[in-house]
Amino acid sequence: MLEKALTGSRSYWTWIFFLLALVGIGFVNYLYQFKTGLGITGMSRDVSWGLYIGQFTFLVGVAASAVMLVIPYYLHDFKKFGKIVILGEFLAVAAVTMCIAFIFVDLGQPMRVLNVILYPTPKSILFWDMIVLNGYLFLNIVIGWMTLSSDRKGIKPPEWIKPLIYLSIPWAVSIHTVTAFLYAGLPDRYFWLSALTAASFLSSAFAAGPALLIILALIVRKFTKFDPGKEPIQAVGKIVTYAMIANVFFLGLKIFTAAYSQIPGYLYPMKYLYFGIEGFDKLVPIMWASSILAVISLAILIVPALRKNETTLVLACIALFVSLWIDKGFGFIVGGFVPNPFKKVMEYWPTMPEILITIGVWALGFLVLTLLYKIAVTVREETAGIEIEH
Amino acid sequence: MSMNRRQFLKIAGVSTILGLGGTSALNALRGSALEASHVLTDEKALNAKRWAMVIDMSKFKTGEDYKRVIKACHSIHNVPDLGNPKDEIKWIWTDTFAHTFPSQPNEYMEEGIKHRPFILLCNHCANPPCVRVCPTKATFKRKDGIIMMDQHRCIGCRFCMAGCPFGARSFNYKDPRPFLKEENKEYPTRTIGVVEKCTFCFERLARGLVPACVEASQEAAKAAGGEPGMFFGDLDDPKSEVRKLLATRYTIRRKPELGTDPSVFYVVGGDKNA
Repeated sequence: MLEKALTGSRSYWTWIFFLLALVGIGFVNYLYQFKTGLGITGMSRDVSWGLYIGQFTFLVGVAASAVMLVIPYYLHDFKKFGKIVILGEFLAVAAVTMCIAFIFVDLGQPMRVLNVILYPTPKSILFWDMIVLNGYLFLNIVIGWMTLSSDRKGIKPPEWIKPLIYLSIPWAVSIHTVTAFLYAGLPDRYFWLSALTAASFLSSAFAAGPALLIILALIVRKFTKFDPGKEPIQAVGKIVTYAMIANVFFLGLKIFTAAYSQIPGYLYPMKYLYFGIEGFDKLVPIMWASSILAVISLAILIVPALRKNETTLVLACIALFVSLWIDKGFGFIVGGFVPNPFKKVMEYWPTMPEILITIGVWALGFLVLTLLYKIAVTVREETAGIEIEH
Repeated sequence: MSMNRRQFLKIAGVSTILGLGGTSALNALRGSALEASHVLTDEKALNAKRWAMVIDMSKFKTGEDYKRVIKACHSIHNVPDLGNPKDEIKWIWTDTFAHTFPSQPNEYMEEGIKHRPFILLCNHCANPPCVRVCPTKATFKRKDGIIMMDQHRCIGCRFCMAGCPFGARSFNYKDPRPFLKEENKEYPTRTIGVVEKCTFCFERLARGLVPACVEASQEAAKAAGGEPGMFFGDLDDPKSEVRKLLATRYTIRRKPELGTDPSVFYVVGGDKNA
């Protein structure tokens, strides 16, 4: 099926080369970082993780969200997701690819990355994260590829794929739970040290991932002959709505504990993010932007008439995606490091090379996504009108 | 015995595979595979079940008292001076009481203590979060309680920096070598992209010497006819100097509520009876 990604319109190739150019710019900057060290980023002795690890964390959520299509289709026999479940699985593949790339660019000694396998350390959550992420990547490649190629041939997928599909459901939950455990078990990092961290990760993932899927489905409809259908998009819209409500609720719970207990460890990171401390307030504008975008998206999503209108629905999805990207891809990481263990405020802001490397990795992910979607869409176009049960 | 080219290649190939796979499998069975935590011991070496340090802050009177111990450490361990707090590398340094003990804020405390710089270094915790989170065992706990770093194994993920609640760890954001004023050839320099910190001078203990900071403090005290501010010994030995101090003086540790069980103790009070 791979050959289907090798033929396309002029605009398809323009897009591919645009992404390749961004990957190239990112790669050149990465070579600079590889040679001179992570000192070219905004990270410091006090804020030792930044944009890279933030993107990794956010994208694990996007990857996990494929399960929001898999559960209704395979466990509840919700047939309408039959055609788009592949979009979720291939989005997961692209997202995990980005996750692995972001971990790699964040390493100080990337050539030693295999030490994680050579000296396996089950006490370290990072060891488990490596296992669940690679496992999830494998599951989604196999499941997506097998079901799509069966569709193309007009046959039922092999029986052995079913157990893998069922396994992918708890596995999706595990990738984001384990990622949350990277943070939720660190002493004195009170912004992360919460039993709620994994739960709120999952809720924001199940909002942001499906929101991105709606945007992608509408793009696919606009540029190809494959129509994911109005009803599946509306169904995903409802999933986004519930997940976002849960996510904002969890945020409210955290704010209450911090604000009412007044315990400095919980209070100060919140205060830093939303109001600034002693004039240090680099993140305040973007954190409020995130909050406002969250409110706007929820207002649209909750009102049925606005959610059912695809124009307003997509606006809500964009607002929600940006809101959660700021919150989890940036604010969450910085909030764990500020104030530092001495209760001093040392701020973080990414540098230009760091931003270009980040864009490069995103472009790499979108390249993988484009190629996979091109294949899936071409198969769907060829088999239009034929329904095959998985 | 003569053989043709084909036979030779066959035998060479099989014996290479056996050689590579076979010996390593045998080594694993024998248990002779070297782990990073294996150390070579010397007869003069100082040994302990759990090394610990007591720092009597009242003995640090002038700026020179602080500078002396920091310089003793940083000069022999090739700790670079990068000149900015962002990329800074430090093994032993100073900060105020409020920053050293942030869970003990008291703005009305005795002025002398309030403004006095405190000596900070790795706490060599008995229950170290940095060791727990490291994905490669590049940081590990030795049998004598020292939390060690293997800078050749470290992948630079910086999980240990997020895990350490004492800010004891530094990362080589830049190549440290151009920033060394004078290089000590007896101790390795580091490369970019690895984490480092105080090691309780494991290399000196192995040669029968106390940590460099403790030695600097004791030598200065001897020269001036006073008492030193830093003490080192076995926490497990009731007769050790540190245990005697802990039994007679009121000492505190940084953030004990986190359960990491630090091995560095501070005497905070001014006079002998405090």
